[in-house]
Amino acid sequence: MQRTLIAAAALAACLIGPASAADAAGPGAPMLPSAVTIHIKDFKFNPTPVKIHAGDRVTFINDDDEAHTATANDKSFDSEGLDSGGTWQHVFAKPGTYNYFCELHPYMKATLVVLPAAGAAAK
Amino acid sequence: MKRSDFLEHVAWTGSGIAWSLSAAGVLTSAPAAAATTTFSFVQISDSHIGFTRPENPDVLGTFTKTIAAINALPQQPAFVVHTGDVTHLAKPAQFDAAKQVLSTLKAPLIVLPGEHDVIGSPRGFFDAFARPDAPNGWFAFDQGGIHFLSLVNVFNFEVDGKLGADQLNFVEKDLAAQKASTPIVVFGHVPLYALFPPWGWTTEDGARVLAALRRFDAVTVLNGHIHQIIQHTDGNIRFATAAATAYPQPAPGAADKPGPLKVADDVLLKVLGYRSVELAGDTPARVADHALG
Repeated sequence: MQRTLIAAAALAACLIGPASAADAAGPGAPMLPSAVTIHIKDFKFNPTPVKIHAGDRVTFINDDDEAHTATANDKSFDSEGLDSGGTWQHVFAKPGTYNYFCELHPYMKATLVVLPAAGAAAK
Repeated sequence: MKRSDFLEHVAWTGSGIAWSLSAAGVLTSAPAAAATTTFSFVQISDSHIGFTRPENPDVLGTFTKTIAAINALPQQPAFVVHTGDVTHLAKPAQFDAAKQVLSTLKAPLIVLPGEHDVIGSPRGFFDAFARPDAPNGWFAFDQGGIHFLSLVNVFNFEVDGKLGADQLNFVEKDLAAQKASTPIVVFGHVPLYALFPPWGWTTEDGARVLAALRRFDAVTVLNGHIHQIIQHTDGNIRFATAAATAYPQPAPGAADKPGPLKVADDVLLKVLGYRSVELAGDTPARVADHALG
């Protein structure tokens, strides 16, 4: 990469730092009620496995000093980078077993089981 | 940078290594002999722009200090290579801030991605640092009589350290066309050998690259990722991981987990820095690490 190319790039040093309030993964993001909170601590997702129902919202909180992600093996969901203290929420609409991991530390693995929505079996 | 400011080690690939471990666990040494410098470059790594935690609340400041130290070298390097994790979370603003600092470099720049630069997608990295000669991220070039390979082992999200079949084929074809006497220098982010697999400090399919490098007289493999200087020799191949410009990490297995390591404020600059690499003719590469303070 030539220096001239770098010099031509847009500059925005003042924008770095904690995520903005509009960033769902940021510490300032508005939090909605969730069925389960999964903490990321000591390079582990806890609890795991977790059982929820379709339509439930799950909150992920990164309690570690290191950044992590919560990324589905099938890429059906992805928190992207969760900085230390960062939170991310996701609503699981479709029943199934979701294996997920941390992109930055792929040996961190966990499982989330989404059961049919409450009352669906009675229909 | 004065010679007395050298931190960690000064080493020569192949024979003539001169380094020692102090009681404090800091590697110190002096070069075994002077060499006629015909080609030199600088390696920097793991700037993690956007990191704000107490381990280093001013990563932009230490990164800027690193670039200033390189610019102050009496003889400018042929280029500066950043071996990845330019940013902490691959945010556009973090790439922009890093590029602003890097734009002040006097020497040409090469950047390869770390896993933090491709969180979610490599798009942000390519937007910032794409090269026309590297559509897939990896590339080779010749300069100063040396053959360089710049590799990417962070694109596979499910394994921390993987090159993939396409890149392995590229490497094997590229190296097959080189003379055994040609000095080879390889760049990557994650260590190409099994430095400490429990923490993901390895490249799952790195063995095929190492096999292709065996027939060469002298090979130097330079990596980042682990935020500390570790030297390792395997036959004709000298591996050297680099210090970060952002924050240190624990020694392999010295803690329950990897991650940012808090050190005393007056120690931080002693464990951050950059690396100079010199090659003279067909002699092995000289690798020297320089602390920021």
